[in-house]
Amino acid sequence: MADYTQMWTDLGLNHDNHNALLDNLGQAYQSIFMTQENRPEGMSYFDFVMSEAHGLRIQELREEQEAGRKIIGSFCVFVPEEIILAAGCTAVGLCAGADFAQEEVEKVLPRNTCSLIKSFFGFKLGKVCPYMEVSDMIVGENTCDGKKKSFEVFKEMVPNFYQMDLPQTKTPMARHMLKQEFKSFVEKLEEMTGKRITIEDLKQGIATVNAKRQALRRLSMLRAADPAPISGLDALLINQIAFLDNPIRFTEKVNAICDELELLIKETKGAKKAKAPRVLISGCPMAIPNWKLPSIIESTGAVIVGEESCIGERGQRNLTDDSADSLEGLMNAIVDRYLKIDCAVFTPNQERVNHIKEMSQQYNADGVIHYGLQFCQPYIMESFSVEKELEKQNISVLRLETDYSQEDMGQLSTRVEAFVEIIK
Amino acid sequence: MRVAGIDIGSRSIELIVLEDGQVVHSKQAESGYNPIERVKELISDVSFDKIMATGYGRGIVEVAFDYPTVTEIKAYGAGATALYPGVRSVLDIGGQDTKVISINEMGKVVKFEMNDKCAAGTGKFLEMMATSLGYQAQTLGAAAQKGTEGIEINSMCAVFAESEVTSLLAKGCDRNDIALAIHQSVCRRAIGMIRRQNISTPLMFAGGVANNTCMVQLLKEALGEDIIIPENPQFVGAHGAAILASQYEPTPY
Ligand code: SF4
Ligand code: SF4
Repeated sequence: MADYTQMWTDLGLNHDNHNALLDNLGQAYQSIFMTQENRPEGMSYFDFVMSEAHGLRIQELREEQEAGRKIIGSFCVFVPEEIILAAGCTAVGLCAGADFAQEEVEKVLPRNTCSLIKSFFGFKLGKVCPYMEVSDMIVGENTCDGKKKSFEVFKEMVPNFYQMDLPQTKTPMARHMLKQEFKSFVEKLEEMTGKRITIEDLKQGIATVNAKRQALRRLSMLRAADPAPISGLDALLINQIAFLDNPIRFTEKVNAICDELELLIKETKGAKKAKAPRVLISGCPMAIPNWKLPSIIESTGAVIVGEESCIGERGQRNLTDDSADSLEGLMNAIVDRYLKIDCAVFTPNQERVNHIKEMSQQYNADGVIHYGLQFCQPYIMESFSVEKELEKQNISVLRLETDYSQEDMGQLSTRVEAFVEIIK
Repeated sequence: MRVAGIDIGSRSIELIVLEDGQVVHSKQAESGYNPIERVKELISDVSFDKIMATGYGRGIVEVAFDYPTVTEIKAYGAGATALYPGVRSVLDIGGQDTKVISINEMGKVVKFEMNDKCAAGTGKFLEMMATSLGYQAQTLGAAAQKGTEGIEINSMCAVFAESEVTSLLAKGCDRNDIALAIHQSVCRRAIGMIRRQNISTPLMFAGGVANNTCMVQLLKEALGEDIIIPENPQFVGAHGAAILASQYEPTPY
């Protein structure tokens, strides 16, 4: 890797902390990803992106910035990438998948806050996330109470915070509200760039994001094969990188690996053995580098065949209709597309259970592991009804609650192993 | 064929050898600080054709001896079914965890729940409370059976429960009454796990705490039906592992 020390200094990162994070990350990546057998060749691109996530990719973003583009960071798949691209800006997901500076975090947040929220506070307080520091604006959304309230604290720590309100239901009123919010977001971006978004801009934005989602969708469908052509860990990694990489290049690379996987399937070759127990994961998003549960699952010999998650199918499933030829019409289509996301902060949220059932059929899953981050009320509350409904259809379910620490590895492994013994 | 099962728990290790389904050898030892040595000692004077390990420490013997392993969930399920065909659920209160396992008509484990994050509701909890009351773990149950109802221990957490016990003693409460309250607290927790899983019966009560007659009595009353207590409740996991050893084939994946 080239020497990026100067760039990191310019961004105001704390070198000691940042080096410690990179070391940990590198080791985890080596032991979790590079030890897998039969990885598709196309993964080498994603390995490369990961190895340069804090280097080359940040350099690219800074070059974009010098050329006048604004970088918009966000924490949730409700922040519309189509609009960001249409405004001539670049979207990055601020991943929050590791504990950092925990003691500092607990000075400003209650202990019983979910790991994801604590993580982005830790990254900010420890000054270790170049994506956060390179962002010209950070968008926080009012989803769960944890995020909503913690943003009140967070916005004092960053100079460029923008809050987006979101509805909690899917009524006509809620739709109206979301549309107003998206319009305000458009205005905010236009004010930042000094340029109006045109119909062509928006169509282009929609096309780019749709292409990315289609590629990810294609990847998902290929995982229905037995033997699975790609490990769940690698597929998750691709979904995680979707939030960091240049969308057009990323789409090409995803399609390229899909071409390769199609050939593998034809030759009935797989990354995992045929007849391996097949697990669907459902629940909270797994941000980089939160690979704990997937690596436990796949180390039992089972294969993860899908993620019903925002970093996964829930976030990428729906496309935006681009047929309208007015700004108003396109905005309506965007609002409709986003309102289909079945996040647990919504009530009622029957669509999500339906999707889990659908996915477990589509990908021939033998069982579903429901992943709840400790203290995440929305998903853990829903996990009970999800379990009940799936069991009614004779789908085995294991509900797990965990966080980013390594303390419960032993207990998690036993539960997961026992579940795999049950479903095989 | 002689098949062996070994259950390496956090507190004790059990070894069983079966010949034609009959127990021909069984032995128990404390896990101590060097469970690998303990396992070596336990197996030094027995012969077997196949062996399988289970329990919390199964990973270390997998590495040290290259034994195939199975989780304690599956082992308890298999052990319970072998000992009492037709059993539909198992409650295991062990030294450091409590689990409830559901078994279907065919003897297959279909669901489980485990409490293993803290001492609450486990044998360890009872042990700590016995110490606070000045009893041995083995005599706590007998003491409780002499107690009368009325006191309630509210803390599930062993540390808080300990201070509750201390303040009850300071108030002059009877030791036996407190011992009973402690058992009722563990029982409530177990019943909670059982109800959440909506189990079918007959239920087998396994693990070391099943030797505690007060606990057995309380559970029966709470469930309103009889429960199965195997002859050697600590050996159910090892027994199951031995049964599974006889069927073992390396996994195809
Ligand atoms: S789970 Fe909900 S809050 Fe989290 S990223 Fe998804 S939509 Fe946003
Ligand atoms: S994991 Fe749950 S609690 Fe945490 S931010 Fe997401 S929705 Fe909120």
